[in-house]
Amino acid sequence: MERFAGFEVDGEQGRGATLALTGPWLVSTIGAVETALDASEDAATRLDLSRITEIDTAGAWLIGRAAEKRGAGISGASARAQRLIDAVAGLGFDADVSAPREALATRVTERMGEMVYNARRGSYGLIGFLGALILAIASIARHPRRFAGKAFVRQLELVGVAALPIIGLMSFLIGIVIAQQGAVQLSQFGAETLTVNLVGRITLRELGVLMTAIMVAGRSGSAFAAQIGTMKLTEEIDAMRTIGISPMEALVIPRIMACVFMMIFLGFYSMVMAIVGGAFVGDVMLGIPFLTFLARIQEVVPLYDLWVGLIKAPVFGLIVALAGCYHGMQVKGNSEEVGLRTTLAVVSAIFAVIVLDAFFAVFFTNVGWG
Amino acid sequence: MAEREVDPLPEVEPLPDEDREGDEPVLGRHERYRGEFPIEVKGLKNSFGEQIIHGGLDLAVRRGEILGVVGGSGTGKSVLMRSIIGLQLPDEGQIDVFGRSITTGDPDDVVGVRNRWGVLFQGGALFSTLTVGENVEVPLKKFYPELSDELTHEIARYKIKLSGLPEEAVSKYPSELSGGMRKRAGLARALALDPELLFLDEPTAGLDPIGAAAFDVLTRELKQTLGLTVFLITHDLDTLHEICDRVAVLADRKVIAVDTVPNLMKIDHPWIQEYFNGPRGRAALTAQALDELRKHMDMPIAANAVKALDKSSGKKA
Repeated sequence: MERFAGFEVDGEQGRGATLALTGPWLVSTIGAVETALDASEDAATRLDLSRITEIDTAGAWLIGRAAEKRGAGISGASARAQRLIDAVAGLGFDADVSAPREALATRVTERMGEMVYNARRGSYGLIGFLGALILAIASIARHPRRFAGKAFVRQLELVGVAALPIIGLMSFLIGIVIAQQGAVQLSQFGAETLTVNLVGRITLRELGVLMTAIMVAGRSGSAFAAQIGTMKLTEEIDAMRTIGISPMEALVIPRIMACVFMMIFLGFYSMVMAIVGGAFVGDVMLGIPFLTFLARIQEVVPLYDLWVGLIKAPVFGLIVALAGCYHGMQVKGNSEEVGLRTTLAVVSAIFAVIVLDAFFAVFFTNVGWG
Repeated sequence: MAEREVDPLPEVEPLPDEDREGDEPVLGRHERYRGEFPIEVKGLKNSFGEQIIHGGLDLAVRRGEILGVVGGSGTGKSVLMRSIIGLQLPDEGQIDVFGRSITTGDPDDVVGVRNRWGVLFQGGALFSTLTVGENVEVPLKKFYPELSDELTHEIARYKIKLSGLPEEAVSKYPSELSGGMRKRAGLARALALDPELLFLDEPTAGLDPIGAAAFDVLTRELKQTLGLTVFLITHDLDTLHEICDRVAVLADRKVIAVDTVPNLMKIDHPWIQEYFNGPRGRAALTAQALDELRKHMDMPIAANAVKALDKSSGKKA
């Protein structure tokens, strides 16, 4: 029993010969015979299939191709072989299996043009979204009973309370790292005690709120985009509209408000945890007692540092929630878009937060809160 | 029904026994399965947590038949299919496909079985980043890298034509296709390796009646031409009447009956009675009877019967 497809040339090489095909002609066994059959210069006028043990459409296709190339007839085919050869005959056509690709120059320019158009559409969309949001806020202000209180509380829990462990741990570790690294550098000048100033000022002014905003963008901004995007795909949002519920009022406003409020608390909580982390390092490594470290913070950090942080927090929260909800509402078409928009929501939120933070830094220094 | 007369597999001399290794029914890559039951399920038990889906389920699928699988929602039709193709490990029971155990066999052994079946998932499950043609080539390249690129392309193209897709579909992405075309593209990929066993999960769900009927005809033609054994999950009564050789009914956590539709209708089980003799079941039956009669319109008795039936069904509508 042959295990692979094969063939033999019977009679004289050249015209009038018979090509006897042998063995199983299955997709699993024709790998080697294909090239051999193409290379063979037998010019046979007859293909004899009587010694074929098994056949499927791939084998039938190859036999049909070989017969056509030689202009040969087929004989000795079993009922199955004949049926398969007939079934696949005439099904061939020339077409590229892959999608057509434009030239590189065309693709690059096309893509750039597309990006410009998308940017324009994106900014229009964002302005439109902001307008719709302001209208929705105004309408809720006039009809406070329409405010989705339960959804708001639920979002407060999801955005704020559920984030406490991870943000606490993150801030504590950041406090440790700043204190430890700061102490190493400052000890070169014999100024280890200034570690307190370093930890206190940097976490209150910058890192507490900034890191919290990044964490909230990753946790909640992405969740907003994915939730709202999926709801758009499953036509839940269309269903809301037909019932007369505004998705802006029911979905977007609770999320944005929850995010703005919770950012203030999470930002403050993050500052506290970072200082605790710093104090922990001070106690263990620098010999500054824990409570002394906290008391020193009070003396060396001006109160306006706290205000700088707490003013930025709600702004960052607004940006993160806006990006999440906006991109969620932009989802249309297929589930791939949800992933794409979720990524976009997080990336654009973090980017906007960092850019704004730079502006805030310059602004607060210029107003004398340096 | 006409298709019953067609022998699904032509006579090829049986393989000599000494070619087999031991008494293990192992299939070489040069053989096609010759046994009677490509799928044998014995004592299958599946459960999700507390909820028991199957308990003591037995089923044998005959070679060369189209076996329809029906059952109410939640009776585990898809779970049964997933168990057979090895996507879901059952709690208990024995599943043999081509005489080889899916449940206990080691993964490398199962690979010898995987290239003998094709699966059409409900939504088509095409790879969205590849064109239709590339989708069909995936299994070919995976299992038979020795085939030349040219032959692989050719096989992909005729499989696409064979599944009833137009030529230009070959270089399109799944997102550019309609639901019906996506199903056909999924079928082309399922047929890529010339399988002996084809699993179809609700192939006509979501298709319009014309598209569904065309898909039924295609399934039947492919089964006859290629000698396939088809495991077909469906809710479509027309499909059951038109193309299924036998129908397995899933209820009460097991297969309560496997038989032809006319024989099933005689069984006194509440679900079976409601299913086949309910208004939709009867309508499908009438439609099928009309189709059969229309083939014999030259005989006056048939012509009269068609007229009478047309009237009565017209009234109902």
